[in-house]
Amino acid sequence: MDLYLILFYFFAIITLVSAFFVVTTRNVIYAAFNLMLTLFGVAGFYVLLGADFIAIVQLIVYVGGILILLIFGVMLTNKITDTDIKSGFLNRVPGLLIVGTFAGILIGTLLKSTWRIAAPLPPPVAGLVGIGNLLMTEYTLIFEILGAVLLIALIGAASIARKQSN
Amino acid sequence: MLEQYIPLFLVIGFAIVLATVLVALSKLLGPQRPTAEKLTTYESGVQPIGSAHERVSVKYYLVAMFFIIFDLEVIFVYPWAVEFKRLIHEIGIVALYSMLVFLFVFEIGFLYAYKKGGFKWD
Repeated sequence: MDLYLILFYFFAIITLVSAFFVVTTRNVIYAAFNLMLTLFGVAGFYVLLGADFIAIVQLIVYVGGILILLIFGVMLTNKITDTDIKSGFLNRVPGLLIVGTFAGILIGTLLKSTWRIAAPLPPPVAGLVGIGNLLMTEYTLIFEILGAVLLIALIGAASIARKQSN
Repeated sequence: MLEQYIPLFLVIGFAIVLATVLVALSKLLGPQRPTAEKLTTYESGVQPIGSAHERVSVKYYLVAMFFIIFDLEVIFVYPWAVEFKRLIHEIGIVALYSMLVFLFVFEIGFLYAYKKGGFKWD
């Protein structure tokens, strides 16, 4: 087994096992920490696919940012850490029907479609280096507009943060 | 393609192995004679008071919100930074200016948030 496969299965196991615990655990904090592992595993997949910039974004924004917000959200809420999440079964019959239909469609598509195996892809150009190149040459205007979008987000955050004071 | 990431994967693997082995070794080799006093919550030697599951001030959330936006700003500096040396030779000083414009536009928001008192703690 070559290195690629070993790494793929390593990240796949991390992602699947932690995602399983996110869904099944009854403690919100445990779910949040398992979500961190899930997002980390997905970042690993991005690296394996050659999308290093997206992997960095995944790590910095999702693992480093969104998850912090999530955990803060839990910490700010009173006594939520002790509460059991309701994850019992409700509405069994309609649930089974919907899930069964959807699973049937998915499995049917899986079995019916002919899987074409493409020739190995050329090494991706849009890695970190490629993106840096494109942002500075071809897509400079979009890059500057991006700055404006971030500006709007920051102004929005500031006005939420200090709504009452002014 | 993947070869250049081998050091990264090695570091991750080393961190996982080292952490597991160290914790397991101290569990296996260390003497464990717990007393009630030893098992109390460690609070730098002070008597622990109240529950750890306290509500945290909402101010932290605002800080986290700003953090994510500045995080996003910094992310777009990465691809520019790794290519800057080559770009400055190829397309000249424009490579610097376009990043400066991006940062300048963003810093207007920083000034706005600062003036609005978004970075004040109370």
